[in-house]
Amino acid sequence: MLQNKEQLLELARKHKEVNETPAATILVCAGTGCVAGGSLDVYEALVSAAAEHGLPVVVKLEDEVPHDDSVAVKKSGCHGFCEMGPLVRIEPEGILYTKVKVEDATEIMEALASKGVVERLLYRHPVTEEIYAKESEIPFYSRQQRVALANCGHIDPDSVEDYIANGGYEGLAVTLEKSSAEVCQEVLESGLRGRGGGGFPTGRKWELTRIAEGEKKYVVCNGDEGDPGAFMDRSMMEGDPHRVIEGMLIAGYAVGATEGYIYVRAEYPLAVQRLRRALVDAKAYGLLGENILGSGFNFTIKIKEGAGAFVCGEESALIASIEGKRGMPRPKPPFPAQKGLWGCPTLINNVETFANVPRIMVSGAEWFKNIGSATSSGTKTFAITGAVANTGLIEVPMGLTLREIVFDIGGGLRNNGTFKAVQIGGPSGGCLTSEHLDLPLDFDSLQKAGAMIGSGGLVVMDESTCMVEVARFFMNFTQNESCGKCVLCREGTKRMLEILERIVNGEGVEDDLQALKDIGQAVKDGSLCGLGKTAPNPVLTTMEYFWDEYVAHVRDQRCPAGACQSMKRYTIVADLCKGCSKCARVCPVGAISGKIKEPFVIDTEKCIKCGACKDACRFAAVEEVA
Amino acid sequence: MTEVNRVDTPVTDTQGAKDQPLQGPSRQFQRVNEIIAEHGTAEAALIPILQAVQEEYRYLPEEILTYIATVMDLSPATVFGVATFYAQFSLDPKGKYVIKVCDGTACHVRGSMPVYDAIRKRVGLAEKAVKTTEDMQYTVETVSCLGACGLAPVVMINDKVYGQMTPEAILTIIDTLEQREEDTDAAK
Repeated sequence: MLQNKEQLLELARKHKEVNETPAATILVCAGTGCVAGGSLDVYEALVSAAAEHGLPVVVKLEDEVPHDDSVAVKKSGCHGFCEMGPLVRIEPEGILYTKVKVEDATEIMEALASKGVVERLLYRHPVTEEIYAKESEIPFYSRQQRVALANCGHIDPDSVEDYIANGGYEGLAVTLEKSSAEVCQEVLESGLRGRGGGGFPTGRKWELTRIAEGEKKYVVCNGDEGDPGAFMDRSMMEGDPHRVIEGMLIAGYAVGATEGYIYVRAEYPLAVQRLRRALVDAKAYGLLGENILGSGFNFTIKIKEGAGAFVCGEESALIASIEGKRGMPRPKPPFPAQKGLWGCPTLINNVETFANVPRIMVSGAEWFKNIGSATSSGTKTFAITGAVANTGLIEVPMGLTLREIVFDIGGGLRNNGTFKAVQIGGPSGGCLTSEHLDLPLDFDSLQKAGAMIGSGGLVVMDESTCMVEVARFFMNFTQNESCGKCVLCREGTKRMLEILERIVNGEGVEDDLQALKDIGQAVKDGSLCGLGKTAPNPVLTTMEYFWDEYVAHVRDQRCPAGACQSMKRYTIVADLCKGCSKCARVCPVGAISGKIKEPFVIDTEKCIKCGACKDACRFAAVEEVA
Repeated sequence: MTEVNRVDTPVTDTQGAKDQPLQGPSRQFQRVNEIIAEHGTAEAALIPILQAVQEEYRYLPEEILTYIATVMDLSPATVFGVATFYAQFSLDPKGKYVIKVCDGTACHVRGSMPVYDAIRKRVGLAEKAVKTTEDMQYTVETVSCLGACGLAPVVMINDKVYGQMTPEAILTIIDTLEQREEDTDAAK
């Protein structure tokens, strides 16, 4: 049990020493991405390889003190560079091995013993072919600035001591020395804005909850990360659970709450497991529960597992879900700050927002304000995925341009593709094109471009992606997830989806385009919550920037990207066809006919465009025409 | 035979309470009663209770939903409303292997649909609306995002995540599953 700040700092100092004792530490990424790639097997292999090499190994998962000259093999949270996983990092040198397999364990140990490196496992830049030994030098990392993700990939998420040794819970200790009003003021001055998408000033939200009258108040952490293509909240809860807990504790003190809930998506079992463990460990040190750090402040946290509903990311729907009801939003005001969970004043912030708070309390509002752009201070995490060379999780100062993110950090497009568009902010966001590449990414400039940061999902698309199909994909998602409360959202998204399906199936007419625009605007105007208000965004932005593609679909029944199956035409090139009849035999609808040893022909009326003939032809005589 | 857990054969029955076989309704609802006792009957406990029941039976049997409503003093409509609202809950029995194909943006862009089609073809699901095979071996469905976008496209079979899938790779995985199944059958 820690009684005060001095004891906390003493514990941090002690564990720092312990951590610095071993000659080397091997950190094996145990985030969902790397685990799927087999990192837990790699971890086992490294432990046994170390033992074979006579290197005294301490598996530092528990609170054990390693001996001198030993090698510690630890599991760590997500490094963010999921594309290259499983990732293994050697400390203190900071060497990063990528795509490590079980067979590589021995070689890694041999290199470690002889103070060398395994060159073939180092990161090689896909374009320049340059090899990088140190993680910090890889372009993917060197352009990043990590605040919320500072510990992810560097500490053992299951060790509260590791977190404390890295300055953890110091922000809480600092907070407890101030008045609650001062804490709210500090957060307001830092310029921190909600990282869940809305961008509402966090300090103001805290102050509203603080001054709200109520005997009981709640703090809720929104970990219902539903945006397809975003996984920063998962990585933070998995990789550094204590930072989220500390952020909630600080918020609880600031607004006068004694109880907190973390609402986690059901699809994130590892995050739930790590958070559970973290709550138990924090409680054992007296960092949760009663009379925290001898200050008289009491706070407990419970975990609520979501049951799969995108709309629960909306705060009033999330509250309904915690209360055991269908997760449907309700009109605001009253805002949750006045009447939230069970009618009590409730503060709801996103995982990333909470993760930023401890550092603000330690380093001050001024420090935070100096990062980022004028109206959006601090950093933002982005999940960069799609047709980009380096996919993964990044954290950069607000205001970096799209070009810097896609080309410098993301390494440009994979397979030498050409940049076409970026979908930002998930199904609520919009598409940005090459003309936006120099747009600074912050709350306000994105809003102006018709998109939004949302939770920070960035999906890069190349010229083979059909934008109409992308719009249909997102509409399918929001239509599925519409809770059905508002008529315009419920029915409007359905009609929009029908139209889009018609268009990609080659059955669209020109009037459909105007109808899409009209319904889209109506859905935006007539919906209660963010889901409905933003649902038409992907359609409206793609229509604005890729109008020609829509027109080609409805006027010429042609898909310029060559992606829409229904608009493909298959023909047989007579000069190449040997007349072997193989295509005719695989055709499921009997659309191909001809005489043996003479060129065959496809009856386009009968053809269902399955492509089986193209796959079957050994002479590449079947051609696909967009 | 299949190993699907229907109402009359909850998992615990085959593991723990084997020596004392219960009869009739008491046998059906014994485990449900335990779950409700664990969570309490406040309305906020409804979702955790449904989650625990589904964990047990792998789906939410209709008669159990009505039973829960009665015990918790809620209307059956409320319980059905919640059970049908959330994507996690299923009112239909699921196959032994639940294959979830991630169709989040990143996976979609990197070709999750060909993977999905390949799985359905492999396990013999022809009709569009049908998600579970007749022999109750496989349930194939799509999910909106598993949060492993760096490895797109991703497939999850029961609780194991497989990354960077291709239509060919997933077939190899299903082959391996079936091989293991045959081996265990042979061992028996």
